Amino acid sequence: MASTEASRSLPKSRRDPEGRALRQDKFSVLLPTYNERENLPLIVWLLVKSFTESVINYEIIIIDDGSPDGTREVAEQLEKIYGSDKILLRPREKKLGLGTAYIHGMKHATGNYIIIMDADLSHHPKFIPEFIRKQKEGNFDIVSGTRYRGNGGVYGWDLKRKIISRGANFITQILLRPGASDLTGSFRLYRKEVLQKLIEKCVSKGYVFQMEMIVRARQLNYTIGEVWDENSS
Amino acid sequence: MTKLAQWLWGLALLGSTWAALTMGPTLGLELPLTCREVLWPLPAYLLVTVGCFALGTVGYRVATFNDCEGAALELQTQIQEARADLARKGLRF
Repeated sequence: MASTEASRSLPKSRRDPEGRALRQDKFSVLLPTYNERENLPLIVWLLVKSFTESVINYEIIIIDDGSPDGTREVAEQLEKIYGSDKILLRPREKKLGLGTAYIHGMKHATGNYIIIMDADLSHHPKFIPEFIRKQKEGNFDIVSGTRYRGNGGVYGWDLKRKIISRGANFITQILLRPGASDLTGSFRLYRKEVLQKLIEKCVSKGYVFQMEMIVRARQLNYTIGEVWDENSS
Repeated sequence: MTKLAQWLWGLALLGSTWAALTMGPTLGLELPLTCREVLWPLPAYLLVTVGCFALGTVGYRVATFNDCEGAALELQTQIQEARADLARKGLRF
């Protein structure tokens, strides 16, 4: 093929960097896990299904924090089934927190976009093509799944949980005016450079960490798009 | 300016304006009595109004919080499909 002949004659530094196929977008999914032996195969299966149906170049990076229930063994089986170019295992010895899990995962990510989500089936991979479409549409730096607008919603939440969720979100909207309707949601698509920059700057942990990412993103004038997310936890 | 600084600045501005106007006589500003009668309890009125608005908004949002039962059912079906397919591919659960 003409293009491969041409690339062979170019010095190596001028060719595409390793891991990126001919300027095509690649999406790295970061999946921090802790005791997800049951859910991990299912979430991986759903991810593979979504990506292959939409013909998207992807990789799934599983960051297991020393789960005692055998999550790592299941992950190794999945790596054999789907190939180590699609399933990357980057485990850690013990529970070290979400922020550091993302940092650790990103070091091994070869995609130019990063998707973060929960491994417990509360986020459905079928929305990922929607995230990608939205990102292209507005050239957004971040696309966040929202449970509070449009068709976004939840399943199996009792009244108390709904009140607390809406109440807390209302307060944060008033106080912080963040320009995003769901601050604690953790189903998001980031440009790789954007996520790296934000993680460097964030100092908090847990739920607050997700909020801080969005608030800092606004401070740094990154653009944020939203997609309706149906959360099933 | 951080959000906190913005809030404090805004409140300070409104607060000092209100204080200046209600303490008119002592500072040499004379306003008609009717104006001052309205101005004096204004912060309390605003607080109550804002409180009602907040409760109303949160109440409305809780009532209209989308329950996605369809998605949950779809997920259950897909889980069955996934387990079957993975077992075929050699996964030992």
